[in-house]
Amino acid sequence: MARISSLSSQATLVQKIQILTPNIGVVYSGMGPDSRVLVRKSRKQAEQYNLLYKEPIPVTQLVRETAAVMQEFTQSGGVRPFGVSLLVAGYDDKGPQLYQVDPSGSYFSWKASAMGKNVSNAKTFLEKRYTDDMELEDAIHTAILTLKEGFEGQISGKNIEIGVIEADRTFRVLTAAQIEDYLQEVE
Amino acid sequence: MSIFEYNGSALVAMVGKNCFAIASDRRLGVQLQTIATDFQRIFKIHDKLFLGLSGLGSDAQTLHQRLVFRHKLYQLREERDMKPETFASLVSAMLYEKRFGPYFCQPVIAGLGEDDKPFICTMDSIGAKELAKDFVVAGTASESLYGACESMFKPDMVPFIFHSF
Repeated sequence: MARISSLSSQATLVQKIQILTPNIGVVYSGMGPDSRVLVRKSRKQAEQYNLLYKEPIPVTQLVRETAAVMQEFTQSGGVRPFGVSLLVAGYDDKGPQLYQVDPSGSYFSWKASAMGKNVSNAKTFLEKRYTDDMELEDAIHTAILTLKEGFEGQISGKNIEIGVIEADRTFRVLTAAQIEDYLQEVE
Repeated sequence: MSIFEYNGSALVAMVGKNCFAIASDRRLGVQLQTIATDFQRIFKIHDKLFLGLSGLGSDAQTLHQRLVFRHKLYQLREERDMKPETFASLVSAMLYEKRFGPYFCQPVIAGLGEDDKPFICTMDSIGAKELAKDFVVAGTASESLYGACESMFKPDMVPFIFHSF
């Protein structure tokens, strides 16, 4: 996910990729402020589930509840739909999962997806490159290459973010240094 | 007279080798008068999860109905059965919601969890869970049951034990 960057911006302090639970992360495309509201709501929903069942919320359940919130805002009075699409990535008992949630409240399960600027090229690129038996390293490389396709300017660890989740079920955001390493591998 | 003793009940659950057993009496009384001898105290939630409810009969029935309701919705949403541990957490939460006007029940939960590992637990009427590896008891006869279990329990018992007399 690409960041705004200029000489005066301190973009590293505010992340686009957010953690919803230790095993579920989210990134958005669209209006930042709207995404923050959804992240807040989703975190609360996930924690309520945990309080009730003493168990981490399955990815599908959290996606469904978040999507329900987004749908409400398309049918209630005096509000407008959320100006974001979300990509939710998580790992639960069913394995790793990726979901896209749209402003309408509809959600889709993906093996690989893209959103935002350059989405059609990115999806075509992914369709060619994605395989079911990819290792994590390959997946990160593919993601970087996909991002590079429509990238304006010089791609670096400071102006993209990468979030990863694997069998340890812990969602983590890579540091700028780690991203630089991957970028060098890609070159 | 305590409200927990109004109807009378005896419940026990025990862990065995890849199995569990849950048992109860079937007497429903109104203080000293017996009014039913076929009262159900143990309920199946799903094939691998059973719930026993001791204490006030009315609260046992209501609580059971509400738990079945919650479990059915869970099954529809999550497309799977609840694990016993999860169910126990749900029962505990529901009981604590009524902290200042509780259900007069003491539940006993028994089931097979992940990899069919037996799980048993009990809790008090406001949801304090008590997990046990061997046995749990509840009801007006709990002290007698504790005595019987402590003396007769041994680990890894199998479902059928043939005795020749």
